Amino acid sequence: MDLKDLYRDVILDHNKQPRNFGRLDPCDTSADGNNPLCGDRLTVTLRIAGGRVSDIRFEGKGCAISTASASLMTEAVKGLDAAQIHALHARVHGMLTEHGDALPPTDLGKLAALAGVREYPARVKCASLCWHTLDAALAHAADAPGAATVSTE
Amino acid sequence: MSGAPYDVARVRADFPILATQVRGKRLAFLDTAASSQRPLAVLEAVDHYERTSHANVHRGVYQLSQKATDAFEGARERVRRFLNASSTREIIFTRGTTESINLVAQSWGRRLGPGDEILITWMEHHANIVPWQMLCERSGATLKVAPITLRGELDLEAFEALISPRTKLVACTQIANALGTVLPLERMIAAAKRVGALTLVDGAQAVSHQRVDLRALDCDFYAFSSHKLYGPTGLGVLYARESVLREMPPWQGGGDMILTVSFTRTTYAELPYRFEAGTPHIAGAVGLAAAMDYLDGLGLERVQQHEQALLARATRALRAIPGLRIIGEAAHKAGVISFVLENVHPHDLGTILDDEGVAIRTGHHCAMPVMEFFDVPATARASFGCYSDDADVDQLVAALGRAREVFG
Repeated sequence: MDLKDLYRDVILDHNKQPRNFGRLDPCDTSADGNNPLCGDRLTVTLRIAGGRVSDIRFEGKGCAISTASASLMTEAVKGLDAAQIHALHARVHGMLTEHGDALPPTDLGKLAALAGVREYPARVKCASLCWHTLDAALAHAADAPGAATVSTE
Repeated sequence: MSGAPYDVARVRADFPILATQVRGKRLAFLDTAASSQRPLAVLEAVDHYERTSHANVHRGVYQLSQKATDAFEGARERVRRFLNASSTREIIFTRGTTESINLVAQSWGRRLGPGDEILITWMEHHANIVPWQMLCERSGATLKVAPITLRGELDLEAFEALISPRTKLVACTQIANALGTVLPLERMIAAAKRVGALTLVDGAQAVSHQRVDLRALDCDFYAFSSHKLYGPTGLGVLYARESVLREMPPWQGGGDMILTVSFTRTTYAELPYRFEAGTPHIAGAVGLAAAMDYLDGLGLERVQQHEQALLARATRALRAIPGLRIIGEAAHKAGVISFVLENVHPHDLGTILDDEGVAIRTGHHCAMPVMEFFDVPATARASFGCYSDDADVDQLVAALGRAREVFG
């Protein structure tokens, strides 16, 4: 296992220059996520049009894995509806946690850069925080517009 | 003995785990502040007890139960002697520092009401914050927090200004776990005494790094954990002054803490057993006693000198790293260095250092108010024990260089 497999260039790039960083105001739904163990915090704000994510931004403080994962996620989910996002989240979760799968995930695009996380179980929460936060925001949008909070603990 | 130089190589040989390789590299264990490792003497004492002496304590008339009771009560006496407490009646075994503090909050705390105040400091571990918050919620008492300075020292003037006749308890750490600051306990305890407040000292970070003399310190409560003193996990101690303890109601009910039980009236056992419901961690106590023997064999004063030398060496080396900021620069510090490295989150640092065999703690160290005060989400923390050596420090410094490379 090589550290370079965790901190790939894509990860380092998205950590240094996170895409879609900031806050949408106004937004249709939002959620706060925090990982109390390491102090990662982030907020996801969304605009939804015709049942699909038309715009998304995130902001917060976190490690390189959590920042890059959130940045990559915002790029990946634009234009998707809730069902497609849930399906994508499930595939990302599988990539982050399942072993014995020698083949790199081919259908995840740039998100596949996070595959190295599976060798570092203590870091899975860092990579998945943004996805749980997005889930919370979408669930909240389904109920009532406003803000939700989620924790990975 | 005191004239001979401290032989850290020999000390390291007493700790089997230090021979472990991590990812093919030498282990540099720099997380003793979270939990220390165990010397062979402790492992063997626990093993010997389990193989030859185990039965339940304070119960059977048979020989084995007497042996176990002797071992357990012998450990209590060993703790008393280690801390220079007056009596074994003042030594209560608990599950750890956290439970020790909760015992005080739940038992002694019952006398508090609206208008009463508890004073803590800004640099406490959550274990010395949350039980008091919960007590204040129950009782209507008020929690006051003494501020700290940017160097990570207690603002003593502000602390003394917060003390008043309303103050019923001053609860503070002896050494701040996230910063390494050694608190000016003598002055704090004297100030508390002037207004008749009791004092509780969280000694978790201190008791294995400097000599603690409870009769000299003269606090009313002192709490610590075995696993930070080279002993087993799952065991801690609460020292409580006998005159205070006599006035405290029992907290957990059950076996071992009673004298007689009937459905109309139960009477409680003598001190300290009244505060020890259920079967205790007997093997843990045996291990803790062995750890105290071990530490006294090394000489706590020599261990302290050794750790101070490492602290000085590591502080010099870390200060020379560009972009590195040490969090907590008190004049009087124990072997703990918290730091942040520019553009590298502490969590990433933890992973990269682990890859180099260096084990440090990263996160908020159960001291979120401290992180907030210094405006950092988390820090990396290296901490030393009796077995830490120059090579550990060098390995840390080299690994920080690697982190710089990865993050450019």
